[in-house]
Amino acid sequence: MIKITIKYFGVIAEETGKTEEVLELDSDDVDVESLKDHCTSKYSLTDTNSIQVAVNQMMGASGPLEDGDEVAFLPPFSGG
Amino acid sequence: MPNNGFTEKYSRQMKLPEVGSSGQERLGYAKVLIVGMGGLGCPAAQYLTAAGIGTLGLMDHDLVNLSNLHRQILYTESDVGKPKVEVAKKALQKLNSDVSIISIPERLDENNAPSLFEKYDLIIDGSDNFQTKYLINDAAVLTNKSWIYASIYKYQGQLSVFNYEDGPTYRCLFPKTTNQNVSCEEVGVIGVLPGVLGTLQATEAIKMILNTGNILSGKLKIIDLLTNQDQLIRLQRNEDEIEKVKVRGLKPEIIECELASIEKLYLDVREPYEEPRPKDSNVLSIPMNQLEKRHDEIPKDRQVHVVCQHGIRSKNAIEYLQENHGFTNLVNVEDGIQSILKEESSS
Repeated sequence: MIKITIKYFGVIAEETGKTEEVLELDSDDVDVESLKDHCTSKYSLTDTNSIQVAVNQMMGASGPLEDGDEVAFLPPFSGG
Repeated sequence: MPNNGFTEKYSRQMKLPEVGSSGQERLGYAKVLIVGMGGLGCPAAQYLTAAGIGTLGLMDHDLVNLSNLHRQILYTESDVGKPKVEVAKKALQKLNSDVSIISIPERLDENNAPSLFEKYDLIIDGSDNFQTKYLINDAAVLTNKSWIYASIYKYQGQLSVFNYEDGPTYRCLFPKTTNQNVSCEEVGVIGVLPGVLGTLQATEAIKMILNTGNILSGKLKIIDLLTNQDQLIRLQRNEDEIEKVKVRGLKPEIIECELASIEKLYLDVREPYEEPRPKDSNVLSIPMNQLEKRHDEIPKDRQVHVVCQHGIRSKNAIEYLQENHGFTNLVNVEDGIQSILKEESSS
């Protein structure tokens, strides 16, 4: 069992209905890609192509996640 | 450069050891270009003018709108309907007559970007759409200029310095483009948000000119004014993304294609009975004779490809919409409907 904190930004936070959540995952075989897929289908995220994922404040991370990791889901913003 | 009262004017910042008289001189020789004089560009321009920047280029093709005033506080009610860069130039010149202010009432494109960027030391991104952000990025890579990026959404902002001393670029952060332009008009924005972000852009510019402090390169700052939970995320340089731009040069049509690969929006101005009809669901169908009545249905914040049978009526439609309803985002599909159908069958 591992605990992952996820932070959602911009329009993603609106689609998930929250800015942050802690997920307790049974498997200890979770990676960035599978977590993204999990959240994409759970919340029916629309523009998954451009979403960038940071792990522990490092952008573009991939591979397995560990207990206590903090993951951020970021969309690009266009406003000015 | 020094006018009467020069030392007094800048005395409070010259007192700082990082500035001093040599720093003030550096500021006085610096040339900064601001692309987009909206919510971000206005405060950036105000603080840079006040700080005594040598040359400030202001680029924007738009007019002041009443709905701009809650966040673009350089403009006043009496400026509504006037070109932003002209109003800004006048106001900023009053603020500081030392600064050479150049107004450029144009939209950034592949033709003007390289020569314009060459004339400046650094570029501030005050744009409000992805097309321009990718164009700034690519032109900055090709002319070897650093640029200060910011973007806003409701209460949140993103900030970073790109292409600074071999640091990452915008494409290293967002290699996959989106055309989901979300404008302040559509979703709303709190007025102070661009004020905060634009002021931070000016701060980074001043630090870069003074060569002092830690520059926000290789990091993305995320600010949330609603929750006060800010983030600093480290970024990595992606050589492939940079090399791609260097090899192909400035290609807005490629940016457009990348953006459109998600969904391209067409405006079909043919009559409903005209065949063939594309299967693409992203077609807004408004026949020529209804444009006057229904022009409000056409979005203004993203590129719209106007199509008819052979490319002639669509050209006239664009001229009509540009002249009478202020559209600046329309592109003619020159070879008519057949070229779209070809695209559909090849994808």
